[in-house]
Amino acid sequence: MRKVSSAQRTIFLVTITAVALVYIARLFYLQIIDDKYKLSADENVLRRVIDYPSRGLVYDRKGKLLVFNQTVYDLMVTPREVKAMDTAEFCSIIKISLEDFRNKFQKAKKYSPYKASVFEKQISAETYGTLQEKLFKYKGFTVQPRTIRKYPYNTAAHLLGYLGEVDENVTAKNPYYQMGDYIGISGIEQSYEKELRGRRGTRYIMVDNFNREKGRFENGKFDTLSVSGEDLKLSLDADLQAYAELLFQNKRGSAVAIDPQTGEILAMVNSPSYNPNLMVGRERSRNYGRLLQDEDKPLFNRAMMAYYPPGSTFKIINSLIGLQEHVITPETYFSCQGGYRVGPIFVHCHPHASPLDLRNAVAVSCNSYYCQTFRAVIDNRAFPSTELAFDKWRDYVLSFGIGKKINVDMPHELKGNVPTVEYYNKFFGKGRWKSSTIISLAIGQGELGITPLQMANAACIVANKGFYYVPHVVKEIGSKHYLPDRFKEKNYTKIDTKYFDAIQDGMQWVFERGTARGSRVDSLVMCGKTGTAQNPHGKNHSVFFCFAPRENPKIAVAVLVENAGQGAHFAAPIASLMVQKYLLGTIKRPDLEKRMLDAVVVPMTDTNDDD
Amino acid sequence: MRQQKSIFQNIDWLTILLYLVMVIAGWLNIFAAVYNEDHNNITDLTQNYGKQMIWIATSLALALAILIIDGKFYEAFSGVIYGISILSLIAVLIFGHEVAGSKSWFRFGDFGIQPAEFAKFATALMMARLLSPVGLKKDTWPVRLQSFAVFLLPVILILLENETGVALVFFAFTLVLYRENIIPGWILLLGILATALFIISLLVPKTTLMIVLCSLGGLYLFLVQKRKYILPVIGITLIAIGVVFSVDYVFNNVLESHQKKRIQVLLGMEEDLRGAGYNVNQSKIAIGSGGLLGKGFLKGTQTKYNFVPEQSTDFIFCTVGEEWGFVGTTVVILLFLALLYRIVFIAERQKSAFARIYGYGVAAIIFFHFFINIGMTIGLMPVIGIPLPFFSYGGSSLWGFTVLLFILIKLDSHRTFMLR
Repeated sequence: MRKVSSAQRTIFLVTITAVALVYIARLFYLQIIDDKYKLSADENVLRRVIDYPSRGLVYDRKGKLLVFNQTVYDLMVTPREVKAMDTAEFCSIIKISLEDFRNKFQKAKKYSPYKASVFEKQISAETYGTLQEKLFKYKGFTVQPRTIRKYPYNTAAHLLGYLGEVDENVTAKNPYYQMGDYIGISGIEQSYEKELRGRRGTRYIMVDNFNREKGRFENGKFDTLSVSGEDLKLSLDADLQAYAELLFQNKRGSAVAIDPQTGEILAMVNSPSYNPNLMVGRERSRNYGRLLQDEDKPLFNRAMMAYYPPGSTFKIINSLIGLQEHVITPETYFSCQGGYRVGPIFVHCHPHASPLDLRNAVAVSCNSYYCQTFRAVIDNRAFPSTELAFDKWRDYVLSFGIGKKINVDMPHELKGNVPTVEYYNKFFGKGRWKSSTIISLAIGQGELGITPLQMANAACIVANKGFYYVPHVVKEIGSKHYLPDRFKEKNYTKIDTKYFDAIQDGMQWVFERGTARGSRVDSLVMCGKTGTAQNPHGKNHSVFFCFAPRENPKIAVAVLVENAGQGAHFAAPIASLMVQKYLLGTIKRPDLEKRMLDAVVVPMTDTNDDD
Repeated sequence: MRQQKSIFQNIDWLTILLYLVMVIAGWLNIFAAVYNEDHNNITDLTQNYGKQMIWIATSLALALAILIIDGKFYEAFSGVIYGISILSLIAVLIFGHEVAGSKSWFRFGDFGIQPAEFAKFATALMMARLLSPVGLKKDTWPVRLQSFAVFLLPVILILLENETGVALVFFAFTLVLYRENIIPGWILLLGILATALFIISLLVPKTTLMIVLCSLGGLYLFLVQKRKYILPVIGITLIAIGVVFSVDYVFNNVLESHQKKRIQVLLGMEEDLRGAGYNVNQSKIAIGSGGLLGKGFLKGTQTKYNFVPEQSTDFIFCTVGEEWGFVGTTVVILLFLALLYRIVFIAERQKSAFARIYGYGVAAIIFFHFFINIGMTIGLMPVIGIPLPFFSYGGSSLWGFTVLLFILIKLDSHRTFMLR
């Protein structure tokens, strides 16, 4: 009989039992405790496929299409699937060098050999056409359509804005965006990003190890449909905008036109400007860099971001403040002996009849009149101190939408500058300043800084006799023709309606026998005010604001031409021509038009040629 | 001697039940692993699961044949069977079909046979034959050398075929030799310790390890305080240090680069999820994503969409893990445990030494496959390409294990009347 060797048997059984227990413990850890593998499994098998909605289109107030989407093609590559091919031919089709090809391929491989990534961005439809016929020869290369913005008219670049790829700041703040997404980064593309972009749809699909689609995940339970972006109808009048831009050729400056009865922005001109088509496509970053370095600053949105002293146009506001504060009446006369002396300071004035009442002071823009008015406001005995009187004056100015943001529906609006009591206390010392110290404010100089948009808004206020609607460029959003309520509210200034009549009289006289009589149009009752803004950096800026017609006003315009001298020389004719274009549809003063088109204030390198 | 009345008399039905459960569970999992919508019938012969059905049917026929053949045949012809097996291993080296550097298959059209699978039961039979004679002096060197030769001969031939994993399986016979007192337990223990030392040497700097080993030796002498232990302890310490320093040589010159990589990945010395570590990582992901109850039959995504390589053969356990969860994997492990216990129980109840030794051979081979295969899929063992018995897809493998197991069942059915 054999020996019963139970020890060996026991050890054998203990060993297999131990192995089984260790394996069960390990499986317990892998399958139940550690979540890592569950996530990895989803990562393996699930792919999010994004359905990009088409971005909303943009029309002007007459229904002209200003921005649309054009299909371009991204050439994608899945490195693992690429087989031996005629690289030279491939490179010549998409117009890259062999070296580029190698670099791009290495980059794609580094990103992932299994997943498709962009090999060449935005190839043109023509290139795509050529490539498409031969694509079967290039295994692993596919073409993915995408859309880019396209602008049929080379106009209103700053207002329309542009798109750019999101950066990490955006993706960190807003989970909607992912790397590679596009977002509006200026103009209405930015301010109406949410409306324009629509909502992205996401489909979850399952793929196998070669990334081949295998079906929908959980029958599409987690999928979302994409929603197209809303179209925008702008209040912008593309014809007026283009015409104004034309008038601005060879000039630096800005013009803003607003419908005073609605606050709708009709035109917003910046000069120099650029062709909006430069900011899309493959050359975008090169173009952007070039525009950024251009000394003429074509990317600068002067209309909302440049501070200009308003010059004599500001006299309108000072007049209204004087009337409201009862320090003057329309029948108040001040004399003028070629200027106004306060202590050591002498404010010059040009030759005109003297003394003048308010209406005539507006019409001829008498400096002395306003120095005295301003002095009466600031040194008003009704106030215990200059500071309080000044604060009151400042409140009036702010109620005109100057020195604060008026919340236009565009990004990067600046608030302008109206000096404060604190500022003067710091500058001159507390109690050591009075009206004479800050007398330049009387004629719109000194520390005042106003954007052309604010200037146009002020013209609206005068046209409306005391209120404004927040200026906006969008007339209707989407198929429901929606407009935010904030654009429908009247914002009142602190000036009573009754004081505006005399001012409007004066402003009408500006055209009829005052400073802007050279820009008058017989068939139109226009009200305006010239300004010549002193500029420490060079020649005076030519400033003008106006509205028309006086009864039932339809358009208010502010024009600023940099370094162009008196308001009457450039700003007033341009404003007048813009009013004619908008109200009459024809130009009654072709002489003015010719003079403006021919005038060269600053020769500029034209950035619009290379499209 | 009495004759058997029926071939099913004294058959161990429990073993057969376990066998059938495993084979059918394996078939369903192969179906799930390579399932695709276009071929959604489990009997579709163009797919692995359809083919596996044929392998199962033929295996059952083979099992029946084994039960019909007289039990004495296996002992009597064990030498012949072993001889044929060795000849076929040589023949495959000459006439075999080379696949990915290995020459281990005979090809007949679509159909392939791997002689190494059949060498397992042949070697088990030969080993039993060698060690079963009554009065054999087991602790003599000739017996030891012969028993080693019996399993090392196929090992060498299979290594020549370049099937390292399959060759390793034959070292399972050391367990049989241990059971039969041919090699004492301390040698096995020493082998395990040497393996452990080898692995530690790869991970720990040599000098640190040397200092640890010397201090262990010194500590032992200090605690035991016996003069006669001084020399052996110093000797063992020196050998251990020798092992430590031979590791680099063995690792760099003896192992092939892919084997090196697999060991490095297993030990976490290298994370290469796209290369050598890909299989194991994907395997762990598939199993780990199963959770407690699994994703359900045919619902697994990792295996079905081919993220796990070899998902119907060597990595079939992943499908179990993904679709049936922790419950499923535990059941499979318990099935194997039950089968192994049953085989040991059967072996131990044999009055015939031949049957007992053969039984241990069966247990050792199945255990080794189970140990390596499941260990590999859960990242506890290096990747060694051997199938999971009864579960993995493959004709040779299933046939081989069926023959291996049913010979034992046949021998066992004779236990009451085969007295020696």
